Amino acid sequence: MELTGNLILQGVQMLVVLALAPGLTGLVRKFKARLTRRRGAPVVQPYRDLMRLMRKEVVLAENASWLFRVSPYMIFAATWVAAALVPTFAIGLHFTWTADLIALVALLGSARFFLALAGMDVGTSFGGIGSSREMMIGAFAEPAMLLMAFTIALVAGSTQLSNIVAFMASGEVGIRVSMGMALIALIIVGLAENARIPVDNPATHLELTMVHEAMVLEYSGRHLAMIELAASLKLLLYMALIGCVFFPWGIAPANAGVGGLAIGGAIFVLKLAAGGALLALFETSIAKMRVFRVPDFLGVALMLGLLGTLLLFVSRSL
Amino acid sequence: MIEIAASTALCLLMLSFVATAMRGRLAVSAAVYLGCAVSCFALALVGVWTLATQAGASAMRVPVGLPWLGAHLRLDALSAAFLTLLGTGGAAASVYAIGYGRHEHEPHRVLPFYPGFLAAMTLVLLADDAFTFLLSWEVMSLLSWALVLTHHREEENRTAGYLYLVMAGFGTMVLLLAFGLMAGAGGAYDFAAMREVARSPALAALVLALMMVGAGSKAGLMPLHVWLPVAHPAAPSHVSALMSGVMTKVALYGFVRVAFDLLGPVAWWMSVPVVVVGAVTAVMGILFANVDGDGKRVLAYSTIENIGVIFTALGLALAFRANEMAGLAALALTAGLVHAMNHMMFKSLLFMVAGAVLNATGQRDLDGLGGLIHRMPKTAFLALVGVTAIAALPPLNGFVSEWMLFQAVLQSPNLPQPGLQFLVPAAGGLLALAAALAAACFVRFYGVVFLGRPRSDAAREAGETDRWSLTAMGALALLCVLAGIVPGVLIDLVAPAVELAVGAGLPLQAGNSWFTLIPVAEGRSSYSGFLVMVFIAVSGGAAAWLVHRLGSRRLRRAPAWDCGLPNADPVTQYGSGSFAQPIRRVMAPVLAARETVTMPPPGDRAAARLAARTEDLAWTRVYMPIIAFVGAAATRFNALQFLTIRRYLSLVFGSLILLLTGLTIWN
Repeated sequence: MELTGNLILQGVQMLVVLALAPGLTGLVRKFKARLTRRRGAPVVQPYRDLMRLMRKEVVLAENASWLFRVSPYMIFAATWVAAALVPTFAIGLHFTWTADLIALVALLGSARFFLALAGMDVGTSFGGIGSSREMMIGAFAEPAMLLMAFTIALVAGSTQLSNIVAFMASGEVGIRVSMGMALIALIIVGLAENARIPVDNPATHLELTMVHEAMVLEYSGRHLAMIELAASLKLLLYMALIGCVFFPWGIAPANAGVGGLAIGGAIFVLKLAAGGALLALFETSIAKMRVFRVPDFLGVALMLGLLGTLLLFVSRSL
Repeated sequence: MIEIAASTALCLLMLSFVATAMRGRLAVSAAVYLGCAVSCFALALVGVWTLATQAGASAMRVPVGLPWLGAHLRLDALSAAFLTLLGTGGAAASVYAIGYGRHEHEPHRVLPFYPGFLAAMTLVLLADDAFTFLLSWEVMSLLSWALVLTHHREEENRTAGYLYLVMAGFGTMVLLLAFGLMAGAGGAYDFAAMREVARSPALAALVLALMMVGAGSKAGLMPLHVWLPVAHPAAPSHVSALMSGVMTKVALYGFVRVAFDLLGPVAWWMSVPVVVVGAVTAVMGILFANVDGDGKRVLAYSTIENIGVIFTALGLALAFRANEMAGLAALALTAGLVHAMNHMMFKSLLFMVAGAVLNATGQRDLDGLGGLIHRMPKTAFLALVGVTAIAALPPLNGFVSEWMLFQAVLQSPNLPQPGLQFLVPAAGGLLALAAALAAACFVRFYGVVFLGRPRSDAAREAGETDRWSLTAMGALALLCVLAGIVPGVLIDLVAPAVELAVGAGLPLQAGNSWFTLIPVAEGRSSYSGFLVMVFIAVSGGAAAWLVHRLGSRRLRRAPAWDCGLPNADPVTQYGSGSFAQPIRRVMAPVLAARETVTMPPPGDRAAARLAARTEDLAWTRVYMPIIAFVGAAATRFNALQFLTIRRYLSLVFGSLILLLTGLTIWN
């Protein structure tokens, strides 16, 4: 019985993240529009876009290979599996032991790897520029993320996300300097990984400044829909990760009833909305930086991750 | 068991002589490689059998070599683990060579040395006394040197061969010193006696440092790596696969054997240089791999990275062992050994891919390739498995060993020494950086070689490689996948070797449900490559099915969009240099990268040129001064060649007096 319950819970979480992801993207866009005194598209616009893209035919470049056609599904699958490992509104995830925080980072790395390969496949200069910059950003973002994972794992004594969240929610943690550093590091990495403003501009039409958009330039139709969906999922994943590790309030415990789960779900949606609002506020108040300043920006995350880890070696209570 | 292993080595040696006698026939080439493949397979079976049955050590003494010593051979769990590695890598390379060897212009320059090289490596693993070990080591070096010089008419290869010879000679000399120190005044040259000798911590540290230099120079540790990226690519590709995939591991075996078995306890502070050098080697190796433009050299630099990763694991194991944390030492050492196995699989595979591409196009230069996924679809698919594995992406095997290593790093707060407590997370950060850079490096490698549009006529007209090569590559790719989704089998297999080295093994992984890996405790960390694979396959497959079912399945081919300005010239694509530009620029101080732009004067229609170059600081800062010094000293001493007989006699007399005086003072 418990097994079935857990399985259902896992399935529900996977579907919830999938269903909410485009909404979050729409919400951030809406907030940004309002902050710049525009009316903006409705929040459900990304859902409409996805449906429209799914229905359209794919226009494939003449020399695109099978890898180009398989990659969108690979990227989507890797991101979705990674998102399924993050406790969103309830801790008791059935498959959380399958892969831990380190594996989660690597799964996102897999998605990036295939996206960059797809960018190289058609053999256009924009695809190449996107891939090469994305891999440079990834080369700094991934270690920063891993060091942040080290910090969290050292505090919680585990690299499994449900155990980490259960520990964080237990109130034993208190306020720690190292966790603060890890939070800043994770936010910086999240901004870079999701192609948000100081690093990349999700709404740009100026080709030379694009990273993510340049890689997916050749995609159309259902392929583009899968990639857009994966990008939304990734944004939600980072928000959920920040939420569950650093702000674990209101998350339903392992053996919660239906009522507890409903409350957990409502709080999760609120957290996402708050995160989206903060992201929009941050993005409208800052300018995009030059590509070669990005390593400095990510270097801050790297150093904060390392400092957080080192502080924990000095004293376990910091 | 040792008898079978020793006679297989003998068979391989015989094959060498057969190949010498019947030079140059095509059928002979295939027969020799087939013989090598069968022998290597036998060696792998012996290794697996010894490990799986947990058979004790078996030893034998062959009455050759020094009259009072003979040759001691012994097969224990540690040798067996590396024998498995050698057998698997050797068998794959030999099967590959049956097809690849047909393209060799001068087969008699490869054939006689190839089986002997395999035999020498086997004997290094089996040796149970210093004399046999060093002799086999030197034979291994010399035969691989001969193989490096296969295409000796190219100037570049001759330089590579010379550099390799000098470095190999230096390495063996250092090993000689290390074994001399270990044998002590009593002259205990067989390993059994060496284990008994009690050593002071300072002496043990000195031996370990010498081993790091001697074995490290063979394995490619920085800054002793300079020969590796020129020598490994110079050899024919199946030999490159063997040198990178297997020979570097034989060098590692030498280090592991001494550090964990012969030397006895080692002080904790000796783990510091191992960890530091390992982590720095990992990052520097992969940085150079990221900026190099020669396909095989990229792979060779990546070998240096992986050796760095393994050495970091060994250093961690030494640190844990010195603090009597056997379980954690086992975790680190298992990570190292499993990574050595994994590296053999994917690096051999990738070198074979490079060889197949080289045969099909005649190009090693990345910027002469492109679009090969259309011309060589099977090779391209197998190469994709290889690059995903080497970039440490789940669910393939490269990730498993990286993951275990990170788990070991996370255990470092348990270490009592503050120095190590600070060092280990920093090393963990460097390893994370190396892993991320490896992903960048192999996106570039795969993207430039297999994706995009062909950059030369040769790449445009390339054809699929032969069946033998595909079989060997396919087998290695399959191993990469299997070791990724059921890593427990590999971990349980090397457990006896780990037990022998650190006195404890990891918990048995065979009983875990869903092939989950649980290195320490269940609540702490676990990873199931099998389930990750299943989840990705199911969710990706389901998504594709649903989209095709409910959405559209129409597809139209059209010219590339490229923001409305597609350019037909393949040069407009990103190439190896342009892809590396962001990393080259960000890491410019470490890579000593410089870009020079030559603009023609106004009105001149000549093309502008952008030249980017990087240099290996180890080469310019360490080796160039040494070379300059040796050259200057040689010029000075040249004068001694033109003396009169009286002067020579007085020089001889003077040195005699000096030596005698020295001897008197010594006594």
